[in-house]
Amino acid sequence: MRKLYGMFAFMAVIMFITACSENSSGESENESSSNEAESTGEVEIFSWWTGAGEEDGLLALIDLFEEKHPDITVENAAVAGGAGTNAKAVLATRMQGNDPPSTFQVHGGEELNKSWVAADKMEPLNDLYEENEWMDKFPEELIELVSKDDDIYSVPVNIHRGNVIFYNKQVFEENNIAVPTTLDEYFAVADQLQEAGVVPMALGDKESWPATQIFENVLLGELGPDDYVKLFNGEISFDDERVVQAAEKFAKILDYVNEDHASRNWQDSAQLVANGEAAMINMGDWAKGYFANDLELETNEDFGYFAFPDTEGDFAVITDTFGLPKGVENPEEVKEFLTVLGSVEGQDTFNPLKGSIPARVDADPEKYDQYGKDAMDAFQSSRLVPSLAHGSAASEGFLTKANQAVNIFVTQRNVDNLIQALDNAGLE
Amino acid sequence: MANTINGKRKRFSKDQWTAIAFLIPSLILIFIFVYGFIGWTGYVSVSNYNSLVPDFSFAGLKNYLYLFNDFRFQADLRNTLFFTVLFIGLVIVLGIGIAILIDQKLKGESIFRNIFLFPMALSFVVTGVVWQWLLNPSTGFNQFLKVFGIQPKWYTDTNILAGFEWGSIEFGLPVAIIAVVIAAVWQMTGFSLAMYLAGLRGIPDELREAARMDGASEFQIYRKIVLPMLLPITMSVVIIMAHISLKIFDLIYAMTGPGANFVTDVPGVYMFETTFRGNYYANGAAIAIIMLLLVAVFIVPYLWNSRKGDQ
Repeated sequence: MRKLYGMFAFMAVIMFITACSENSSGESENESSSNEAESTGEVEIFSWWTGAGEEDGLLALIDLFEEKHPDITVENAAVAGGAGTNAKAVLATRMQGNDPPSTFQVHGGEELNKSWVAADKMEPLNDLYEENEWMDKFPEELIELVSKDDDIYSVPVNIHRGNVIFYNKQVFEENNIAVPTTLDEYFAVADQLQEAGVVPMALGDKESWPATQIFENVLLGELGPDDYVKLFNGEISFDDERVVQAAEKFAKILDYVNEDHASRNWQDSAQLVANGEAAMINMGDWAKGYFANDLELETNEDFGYFAFPDTEGDFAVITDTFGLPKGVENPEEVKEFLTVLGSVEGQDTFNPLKGSIPARVDADPEKYDQYGKDAMDAFQSSRLVPSLAHGSAASEGFLTKANQAVNIFVTQRNVDNLIQALDNAGLE
Repeated sequence: MANTINGKRKRFSKDQWTAIAFLIPSLILIFIFVYGFIGWTGYVSVSNYNSLVPDFSFAGLKNYLYLFNDFRFQADLRNTLFFTVLFIGLVIVLGIGIAILIDQKLKGESIFRNIFLFPMALSFVVTGVVWQWLLNPSTGFNQFLKVFGIQPKWYTDTNILAGFEWGSIEFGLPVAIIAVVIAAVWQMTGFSLAMYLAGLRGIPDELREAARMDGASEFQIYRKIVLPMLLPITMSVVIIMAHISLKIFDLIYAMTGPGANFVTDVPGVYMFETTFRGNYYANGAAIAIIMLLLVAVFIVPYLWNSRKGDQ
């Protein structure tokens, strides 16, 4: 019998310990919520920046901040993998469990507005913008992208452009080809390349978004920036004649891609352009970093770039932004971080390393390479439109279904099905 | 009876009480974290929770109906069916075949056994990455197959063999799934081989001797004696492989992704993408429940059977 008592005593102890630890964690939670707006001396930055250039940029930014605010330590909570998919899954869990990070990376546009702002999980930052006189330092169209009903919800740190085509200069020269500016010229060039035995267009759609990116750029060219925005606002329907034409042109572009596109990711397909097997690739301008740093090619010597045909005066924006979630213990300290993030110094520290351009219009072009300078010019002189493939133009729910529809379209080329699927995808 | 001490009848002995006391905490945890969460998933699957904002209003079978009308989910069910049939079939046939060969009192038998077992030590993600490149149409085996002038497109092939219109999909064997089957079979054959080898060792030599005395040929011995006696092993292999193949995610996610036109997509991949990329939580939960039911179709009769065996 003694053994039995011993065992019950043992179990009682275990239960007691677990009860205690629950209790103590509960207490600390209460404590923190009652001392709202007090400093904890710690800011947690949540992102998916773990790749080569982007991590360097983030660490340099953190160094800059800690130099300015030695009393605040920064915790770098980056989640690797899946181009942000893993990070977003972790973020969703934390936000819904009311354990938000101090600030987190989110693409400006509907990825922010239709999700966290709509769920009432974000604090407006209008006062921060006024305090720092940011209203005329960021382009108006960009501020609109991170705003909902006149409230601004995040601070953009960098800009990437989605409607760029990178090309192999040697292949273009050998075939005596000039840069095409319209889709008609593009198709003529593609025919010529195909006859010469070069794959005209490299595509890697093992994940669907590179194909969706081509489609959105064709849409942008076909509709023009105003109607492109209206399409995703729901003011123009997907069975518009021009959307149908865009789908047909998209199908025609797909005739010129490498046969093994379904087995490649975007880097694998960019390699085809790098080694001259393919002539062109439509990719966001992070591809420049891949060509220049990873493949060690010379910008404007080995590879060149031009705006996607018919979209010369437009700039498909992909922007990483950081906001302030509700329920953070020390909002003032987080705002200090956002202030550094939005400053010229902060942006010029981060962006040259990441290979993007600053979101501010008054940054120092001398800190950027030739591509960066060109992109900064284009950023200031072009119409800015949100990218669909990167979550800015529509909600992630719509994007997921659009990617599925595009994936099916790439094989089946059935325009009616594509239009219908987009129509049914529930654009709110 | 062991349960009667001092003439008094007790329901449980002291040792049994101890065992029960130790089991209770884990039972409670399992009820919460397994069965409780299955119940919760079922609850979410009939709700309208299809965005980041929780909405638990009752949706009936809306999410299930959506899935069964969805091109991608129909393709997933087709792919799972063909993947499961091919995968289990090949694993059994190859497992028995190699086990019988190894069982022929080979010299260095353990070396062979270990070679075949070794792929099991890898994770499916590693297998997926390796076979992604081996079966890549522009690298891998195709470099070698050039000599023979054949260039299969492996997992990028969008053809459906013997396909016919069914629902919104073309029903038939997706050629691309064969590439995935090859990778999965390569990894799991070692397991069924080990099971069958153990099974073969369990068949008494006397039985074969007796059959030989009666004039049976070696072929007849295998057909009439050995294979029937391996039936229980086959049952176990089918159960284990079925639950792997119905829930497969990591191999496909690492190797091919959903594939062009969803020719290599499976419910697990769809569930992950729709839940964590699209924030369609209720749809994702519905897929999870359907997968649970699919596995249950295999597991429940097995559990039922073994329960009868206990009694």
